Amino acid sequence: MTRGDGKAVTAAHDLGLQSCACCRLVLPSRSGRARCPRCGAALSPRKPDSLSRTWAFLLAGMILYLPANLLPVMETRSLFGHQSDTILSGVVYFWTTGSQGLAALIFSVSILVPLLKMGTLLVLLVSVHRRSPDSRAERGHLFRVVEAVGRWSMLDVFVVALMVGLVHFGSVAVIEAGPGAASFGAVVVLTMLAAHSFDPRLIWDDMKGNDERTQ
Amino acid sequence: MRANDKDMSENLVACAECDALHRWRPLAPGERARCIRCGALLYRRSRLSCDQMLALVSGALLVFLLANAFPIVDLEVQGIRNGASLIGSILALIEQDRLLVALLVFATTVLFPLVDLLTMFALFATLAGNRPPGPWFARLFRFVRVLRPWGMIEVFMLGTLVALVKLSHMARVLPGVSLWAFGALTVLMAVIVSFDFHWLWVEAESRR
Repeated sequence: MTRGDGKAVTAAHDLGLQSCACCRLVLPSRSGRARCPRCGAALSPRKPDSLSRTWAFLLAGMILYLPANLLPVMETRSLFGHQSDTILSGVVYFWTTGSQGLAALIFSVSILVPLLKMGTLLVLLVSVHRRSPDSRAERGHLFRVVEAVGRWSMLDVFVVALMVGLVHFGSVAVIEAGPGAASFGAVVVLTMLAAHSFDPRLIWDDMKGNDERTQ
Repeated sequence: MRANDKDMSENLVACAECDALHRWRPLAPGERARCIRCGALLYRRSRLSCDQMLALVSGALLVFLLANAFPIVDLEVQGIRNGASLIGSILALIEQDRLLVALLVFATTVLFPLVDLLTMFALFATLAGNRPPGPWFARLFRFVRVLRPWGMIEVFMLGTLVALVKLSHMARVLPGVSLWAFGALTVLMAVIVSFDFHWLWVEAESRR
């Protein structure tokens, strides 16, 4: 089932309809506050204040991205001295100790994914503001991917938490969480909130009628 | 499609990603419906029935208890042995005054997954008993829908494996019961999460 099998595509909004975000029941749009008769969720044709909320969460995430990567997330005190690790130095550690696969994994989820996620949301926001008619399906697809992979960035926070729980051998070796861990966790939470606030239907909203119905 | 017809709207479904309207049609177990415009998943029907889902959720709750009752790994350095459970790690974070990180880990790996499972148990128990859903059914449903994205058992599972590899360079690592339990929980959660929220209402409506 791909696009353009000859059937007209109509948006619910164009017919004065909206669907409940919670249970997907399709209802006539009404002005003012309304609740879904089936599941009781608050109704609105689009996510409320989608663009401003996404901007707010995204900018907050971008600001915290700096301390998240510059401050140490983990501090190791052992007989051999004191060592501070940032996200990046953790990746380097895996690379140099022969675990290139793991280094690539952590680099992807901790550094690449947050960056690509913030970049993608930025592009989506700007394109919606400009009412760009280009590659709507691709942008929609991009959003779906970004929304799905974002949670995996939490990996490093869990790694640090477990290391802290496991390594407390008095004077021999102790691992502590660094100040960067909280910032990093906050970046993940904020970018997830940004993605949840963004309404992908805005990408399609200004499409007039069935202008993409060819073939 | 004539939208003014009120009864018609009951048989419609709008794509959550691009708002394209589609006629709703029933699915066979395991089938999915996709949007003809943007390709996003419209709704799907699980291969499993509500009774089977109830059994799966009960199993997941038991595995959840196991996963949290035992240490995930034991670590041995120069004859000293340390075991850490998930709760133990969270307490260690609190001791180090990393309250924010402790709260984040507790919420995403213990609290939210547990509440999610308990809520799904209540929802499937209602449907499996062929009872018409009461008003609390809708309330629980909305609650679990908001909570769902914040449970991160599968990410934690991968994090555990990474931590183990990291530690195996400096100490003897002995995997515990709970490591296997978390593995099983990850699989069970993946199946439970794949049950479409929209289909819960299809099942509920058919029991009214």
